[in-house]
Amino acid sequence: MIYREAGQFKTSYAADQAVFPIVQDRVVVGALLVLAFVVPPALAGEYWLQAVLIPFLVYAMAAVGLNLLTGYAGQVSLGTGGFMAVGAYAAFKLTTAFPGLNILVVFVLAGVMAAAVGIVFGLPSLRIKGFYLAVATLAAQFFLIWLFNKVAWFVNYAPSGTITAPPRTVLGIMVTGPEATAAARYVVALALVVVFGAIAKNLVRGRVGRSWMAIRDRDIAAEIIGVRPLRTKLLAFAISSFYCGIAGAELVFLFLGSAETQAFDITQSFLVLFMVIVGGLGSILGSFLGAAFIILMPIFLTNAPHVIGLSLPVALLKQIELMVFGGLIIFFLIVEPHGLARLWQISKEKLRLWPFPH
Amino acid sequence: MKTRTLTIALLALALTVAPWAGVALAQDKTLFVPLLVYRTGPYAPSGIPSANGFNDYFNLLNDRDGGINGVKIAFEECEFQYDTKQGVECFERLKGKHGGALLVNPFSTGVTYQLIPKAPVDKIVIHSAGYGMTASADGRWFPWVFNFPMTYWSQASAFVKYVGQQEGGMDKLKGKKIVHIYHNSPYGKEANPTLEDLARRLGFELTLLAVDHPGQEQKATWLQVRRLNPDWIYISGWGVMNQVAVKEAAAHGMKMDHVIGNWWTGTEADVVPAGDAAKGYKSMTFHAPGGTFKVHEEIRKHVYAKGKGAAKPEAVGEVLYNRTVITAMLNTEAMRTAMGRFGNKPLTGEQVRWGMENLNLTEQRLEQLGFKGLARPLRVTCENHEGNGVAAVQQWDGKQWKIVSDWIEPMREVVRPKLEAAAVEEAKKLGYAMRDCSKEK
Repeated sequence: MIYREAGQFKTSYAADQAVFPIVQDRVVVGALLVLAFVVPPALAGEYWLQAVLIPFLVYAMAAVGLNLLTGYAGQVSLGTGGFMAVGAYAAFKLTTAFPGLNILVVFVLAGVMAAAVGIVFGLPSLRIKGFYLAVATLAAQFFLIWLFNKVAWFVNYAPSGTITAPPRTVLGIMVTGPEATAAARYVVALALVVVFGAIAKNLVRGRVGRSWMAIRDRDIAAEIIGVRPLRTKLLAFAISSFYCGIAGAELVFLFLGSAETQAFDITQSFLVLFMVIVGGLGSILGSFLGAAFIILMPIFLTNAPHVIGLSLPVALLKQIELMVFGGLIIFFLIVEPHGLARLWQISKEKLRLWPFPH
Repeated sequence: MKTRTLTIALLALALTVAPWAGVALAQDKTLFVPLLVYRTGPYAPSGIPSANGFNDYFNLLNDRDGGINGVKIAFEECEFQYDTKQGVECFERLKGKHGGALLVNPFSTGVTYQLIPKAPVDKIVIHSAGYGMTASADGRWFPWVFNFPMTYWSQASAFVKYVGQQEGGMDKLKGKKIVHIYHNSPYGKEANPTLEDLARRLGFELTLLAVDHPGQEQKATWLQVRRLNPDWIYISGWGVMNQVAVKEAAAHGMKMDHVIGNWWTGTEADVVPAGDAAKGYKSMTFHAPGGTFKVHEEIRKHVYAKGKGAAKPEAVGEVLYNRTVITAMLNTEAMRTAMGRFGNKPLTGEQVRWGMENLNLTEQRLEQLGFKGLARPLRVTCENHEGNGVAAVQQWDGKQWKIVSDWIEPMREVVRPKLEAAAVEEAKKLGYAMRDCSKEK
């Protein structure tokens, strides 16, 4: 009833092609955005911002990046952690070499750097496909981590091999470094996710996204209708790595504060891949849902027993958490193999008919 | 259709109610120490005894003395699997509970690095006892971070000194081959600058070999070691890496008494799996091994007899267990020191910091506490957050660890200037200013 679009007429092509053609969607998304910018910084405690919301935003960014590559262009990649590391280390080198450079510019440049590396490691995708490509991108993961571990120049010769986010400001407000409040870091992460999320959403609706999907669905047919595989695949790798690079820089600068290569190890690649699969391949919304599921669920599971007053040994709790989490992933994949995004779509269709289903 | 509705409902529930942490109940004023532990995962062999030591000592003080000078100690564990991200989440979750955390032992160099920048903001003291960032031993730059009784760099210099003694003089080190096998993380790398510096000064050949997390796979590393045929091997490992390293060393026919672990690479869990082959293996330490000291009797009497013990009774006195009992004692003595000035009431982080900085543990006080022969006297100052700890070498005889060397003074004249230079570097990264210790009261 409330979600009925009867009476909403589209009188122009622009209205018909809008990202959110239904008025209710526009209102809800707009309101959510405003709430996201206003409510958490004002009301949420530091734990919520620092341990829950910021990692969610950072991983959502990475998941969007991987979804562009794997979900839309159909190229399976296990190099996400490596590309995130490129972004993080590039941002660190840039901001220590040019302290005057605005940190947001640094993030974008770090993304560009990651994109360049992504293109190099995307080259094998022209010859190999599917699982074999996954293995080839695995090489990127291991090589890049090894490189950052081995070459002390990347960490400015710090004996411990850690990179630390130096204090930087945006519009006079400290956004990185120890003095930056969680709220400030949250707002920056949110702003980046909103801007780049919107770009991604429009990208996949346009010519580029369509050519990616053509390649994904059948590359020979795509080639015949005039999509150039070389350019399209490499573009997918570049843009995907760009997003992952920014996510990596955010991970160090906005979330962790300092990091070593282990923060970008192979488990990160899997984690982001799981987000994309659980959330829904080929869906921007799915990236966010997947990130929310993978990041928030373990935190929820660890906190749940405390809330209901159950006091168990921490080791046992951890084991239970892992088991339940694994079980839930399998449960959702069985119930809806197309991911949480599809689940949302179904419930949306239901809502349209509610309360008078035929 | 039913399952779908159920799924949607479940999902909505999970995502909206997600984590309600930090919902701490109002409680009596206590001294709260959050415990970051890892009882699961590849680091559990090291994590379990460490966590148990803290539990038992705090329980001892609470049950026997009613806390510190009548103020109870509150502590709560959080499992983080030695994973830096989970560790930070744990810290954020615990720090506001029980009226606010005063002091934290991260028990992970990675997490220590994460928490150092936050310490002055949160006003929570970081005590990384024998680990963490070496440069933070310069208290002028890092007022909130303490790493007494000793740092990795001091330890590495004590190791070289011991090797020199065994070879019959420091001049005999020239041309000797020493291999450092380290966990490829900030922790493992920490000793490298000191070893490199000493290699230049003393003329021994140093080879650095990294082992990647988690360290279960070391075949390639040890093949390299065999090819090099080193005179001495120094290992900086943790968790499951340790037992694998000891096994590999034995399997490759190394002289076990020339294989020396750092003090995180020498507990019972590290040598027992290798069986008889581990006999003769040595490791550094800064306290005595064994479970026969007075404090152990007290713990058995007041904690285990009441069924409150965290460990198995036979695990009381394991190396890492002892170490965290000592660390817990250092923490509580620092709080006691602070109470001597600020009164016997719940303290603030700022006050505990003062207590840490003015900690002066005499032989006499150690005897009163039941730590005679177990721990060493210690004095911390404003400039020197490392204290005046000394190291020793212990050896595994197949059944137990035994101290086999005298107490070794680290080469402070070599380590301290480098440490001060590194502190300037690290502090610059964080935008810290140096404080004047002569103005501290």
